Amino acid sequence: MRMKFFAALALTVAMGSALMVFATPPPAGSGSITGKVTYTGTPMKMKPIDMSKEPSCAKQHATPITTENVATGPGNTLQWVVVYISAGDEGTTTASQGVRYDQKGCQYLPHVLTMLAGQQLQIYNDDQTSHNIHPLAKVNQEWNKSQPPGSPPIDTKWDKPEFIAVKCNIHPWMHGYFAVLKTSHVSITGEDGTFDIKGLSPGKYTVTAWQEQYGTKTQDVTVGAGAATANFVFTATPY
Amino acid sequence: MHETSASHAAHQHTAPTSFIRKHVFSLDHKVIGKQYYDLALVAVFIGMGLSWLMRIHLGWPAWPIPLLDKLSAVGAPGGVMTPEYYLSLMTMHGTIMVFFVLTNAPFSAFGNYFLPIQIGAEDMAFPRFNMMSFWTIFVAFIVMMTAFFVTDGPPIAGWTSYAPLSAVGGDAGPGMRLGQTLWAVSIAIFCISSLLGALNFIATTLDLRTKGMSLARMPLSTWAWFVTAVIALLAFAALLPATILLILDRTAGTSFFIPAGLVLSDKLQPHSGGSPLLWQHLFWFFGHPEVYIAILPSIGIVSHIIPVFARKPLLGPRAAIGCIMATGFLSYMVWGHHMFVSGMSPFSANLFSVPTLFITIPMTILTLLLIGSVYGAKMRFTAASLFCLGFISVFISGGISGFFLAQPSIDIYLHATYFVVAHFHFVMAVASIFGVFAGTYFWFPKMFGRMMNEGLGKLHFWLTFIGVYCVFMPMHYLGLAGNVRRYSAFTDDYLIPLIPVHKFITVAALLTGAAQFIFLFNLIWSRFKGPIASENPWEATTLEWSTTSPPPFDNFGGRHMVVYHGADEYGVQSSDGKDYIMQTSPEKVPAR
Amino acid sequence: MGRLFAVVVTVITLLSVSFFVMHTWWMPVDISTTGPAIDHQLEETMTGSGLLFLGGQLLLGLFVWQSSDKNPARKIKIFPGGANPLVAAAIILVGIEILTLTFVGSKAWAAVNLVPAAADSLHIDVQAEQFAFYFRYAGPDGQFGGLHPDKIDDGSGNYFGLDPANDVAARDDVVVGSLVIPVNRPILLTLHSKDVGHSFYVPELRIQQDFVPGIEIPVHFTATQTGKFEIVCTQLCGLGHYNMKAYLQVMSEADYEQWLKGQEGQ
Repeated sequence: MRMKFFAALALTVAMGSALMVFATPPPAGSGSITGKVTYTGTPMKMKPIDMSKEPSCAKQHATPITTENVATGPGNTLQWVVVYISAGDEGTTTASQGVRYDQKGCQYLPHVLTMLAGQQLQIYNDDQTSHNIHPLAKVNQEWNKSQPPGSPPIDTKWDKPEFIAVKCNIHPWMHGYFAVLKTSHVSITGEDGTFDIKGLSPGKYTVTAWQEQYGTKTQDVTVGAGAATANFVFTATPY
Repeated sequence: MHETSASHAAHQHTAPTSFIRKHVFSLDHKVIGKQYYDLALVAVFIGMGLSWLMRIHLGWPAWPIPLLDKLSAVGAPGGVMTPEYYLSLMTMHGTIMVFFVLTNAPFSAFGNYFLPIQIGAEDMAFPRFNMMSFWTIFVAFIVMMTAFFVTDGPPIAGWTSYAPLSAVGGDAGPGMRLGQTLWAVSIAIFCISSLLGALNFIATTLDLRTKGMSLARMPLSTWAWFVTAVIALLAFAALLPATILLILDRTAGTSFFIPAGLVLSDKLQPHSGGSPLLWQHLFWFFGHPEVYIAILPSIGIVSHIIPVFARKPLLGPRAAIGCIMATGFLSYMVWGHHMFVSGMSPFSANLFSVPTLFITIPMTILTLLLIGSVYGAKMRFTAASLFCLGFISVFISGGISGFFLAQPSIDIYLHATYFVVAHFHFVMAVASIFGVFAGTYFWFPKMFGRMMNEGLGKLHFWLTFIGVYCVFMPMHYLGLAGNVRRYSAFTDDYLIPLIPVHKFITVAALLTGAAQFIFLFNLIWSRFKGPIASENPWEATTLEWSTTSPPPFDNFGGRHMVVYHGADEYGVQSSDGKDYIMQTSPEKVPAR
Repeated sequence: MGRLFAVVVTVITLLSVSFFVMHTWWMPVDISTTGPAIDHQLEETMTGSGLLFLGGQLLLGLFVWQSSDKNPARKIKIFPGGANPLVAAAIILVGIEILTLTFVGSKAWAAVNLVPAAADSLHIDVQAEQFAFYFRYAGPDGQFGGLHPDKIDDGSGNYFGLDPANDVAARDDVVVGSLVIPVNRPILLTLHSKDVGHSFYVPELRIQQDFVPGIEIPVHFTATQTGKFEIVCTQLCGLGHYNMKAYLQVMSEADYEQWLKGQEGQ
């Protein structure tokens, strides 16, 4: 009995350490690319969203949330821009952990979610209403699934890299994006428009910035030991 | 009719001996009739099961239904129904009930079995067509059931399958891919089967009546089947092309029902030039007559059975036949009353309203004739006669609400509410099914040579009769309060106070449904263990009671029946001391 | 058994009728100018058909009760006069009912549908989609921008398919998720559908009108009371059908103007 216990314990510890070894990312470089994404011109206005048809959601927002397809910040910055390494060292291509996506207050949180191709994705419904999430995939397989309140999370993954628009088939204003990439070297701009791609070994890289309304811009960046800089400027139109 | 009798003596066929030809691919109208009945029986229990699931969900939406996730893990994760799965079940419930139960049981099943016997024929005019129409309908049923097992489940567009929801494909929502296509294919096959069946009924009635069986001497049931066959011939001839066009829109990229500029799932649809109203017109040109395809045979069955148990003739049988024909005729002029809110011209709304209201006249006459036939009767209360009386009651209840829906100004308030659900369930579903129950208790001894259990039959009647009123009468109140139908949950502020009524209906529906298992048990048990039935256990007059129970392969054992009287010679003093005279008895009818 | 049937039918009938008579569940209060005629029509139909219902069921109960008399000496009786009096009764009773209803009813119907919208009606565009309603006001220029289905983009809030880049009239169009209207002013809605069939149903307005894709359908009404009411979809439109609704807010003229100014400012 006692022997068995120790054997089991030893096995558990051994497996645990083995997992630790696998889970630890390979030694990464100390270089990074930082920068800011801004626009010139007049961007379209973010429109307030009327969700009065879904009172359980409407009451979660003291002030109405707005559309987020062109989310701007002070100083002409652009939020929700995905900046990633499109050529060069792509870092890890398999993920040890899944990512989580939430439907909360009839809004997709976060608005843009990055993940690796093949990475586990869990989609939660935190609302007191049914949602029907519909990723409008073109390269991957398109699907939609309903989640009544309190139902278990949807467990899924995307096999191929793609920017997938996500809509809710029940609440037409709900809108978001899955950025499925083959690189783990990625950063999303915050409200101040800045991004920071860390863990790069020295070398030449192509960096791509993707904005859902304006498309992509790329530039080549050479990374040394410290932080390299890359700024992106999109041209905005009011309509 | 002399030539006719002679001609079918000539093609008299012999009974098959192999199991397959006897019980599966049989040409015998009696076997085919029973096959239709059994198919309808399977379908009605599936349909009822679906209504149970829907009712449970409406009463207690968050309650996980045991084993439902086994049927569809996507449709009911953890047993809790998704909104689209509710609609899938609803679509399948409506489709199965309207097509495979209400069209099959009173018309195809009983009609097949008893129409030839009641007119003294050996079989249908086209036995091979007859076999083919059953097996096509069987294929239609299998195709329809397949929809339960495809990836994103059965269609969600309702039994009416309005375009463009039904026509644009998967972008319209779950179930609208393969599921909806299977639905359309199944209905198209169903139409072919019904057209074959209708032709056969018409030819048989016109050509194979035995000597002395003039049209006026035909029992009311045969009259009803005959008129229904004429209606079905025209109605399914409209639905068949409609479903074919729908299939083309879905699979071949045509745009019969899809206009330009539709955006679904954020995609501009590659269609232009079609009209959603075209589908509505074609569908309801079938759909309204379909109501009469469901109800007229039951009216005929009840008019046939009531005199047997009242021991007196039906009041005004010629008026009744006239009313059945008038209804059949008018049923083609009223389809637009389903479309009062479709944006049709307000003038056409009036045009459709008037004949709709006029249909109530023959229907009221029929009802009053049935009630008048009960007057002064010496009623024998059996399960069959109770279901006939129950039929009259539910038919009144369902008919009355028609007054409201026939008027466009009121219909625009009540349209698509539970008031409509109450109306068509009473007048079409419950009434028609009561006719089927009456027919079953009445004809079972003839079909299987054994009697059903009367005690269980009466218990079944009382539970069902009270049950259907508890289920469907409150739906009128819900409709008046504006409760919209086809909602999988009631989240609107003004609907929330009505949820207790829905809970009451759910409980009533579960109990009423449970009572149907008494019937099922009685049906199966009596088939094997019921007391042996005599040739004429109910002391009835018509030809089916002039032969053995069950009848031999050629119905009358080689005898050529000769008919001397109408169907309703009850309440007379016959020479052998009985109170009725068989249609085949040459005896003169004494004055009453 | 017959007596039991008679009793059960009578109880069911009286119970059913009593809930109608007591108005336990009834239509919500009417807030439209055309509603009273419809309500009157419905009351009339309720009385007429209620009497037919009572008469029919109770007669059935009575005859069944009588027919269950087991006295062996009793002879069967035919209805006095045979079928003719019943046929005549049906034609006369139902005929009168039908004529009355058609005569009165077509007036109520005509008042709603055959009278054109007033010239000074407030025009509002309605777009129905899976599964929401959106409403469009012309904005300060009084002009609606054109509709371009290829421009529809829910993610950026372009539910109607406006093209402000090329269409000046579209730039100031006000698009909102609630129908806000001034009280006592004729309203003219134009119904468009983005995708499938929907329906515009406000029980309080006694109005129900389908959205038919590919067709623009006008609806006009005048609300007589301020308040907040629900607009619900009554045409099966897909999985979120039950959830498709919007609010109708009827305001005083002044509140409405203020609200509209606030929207135009955004």
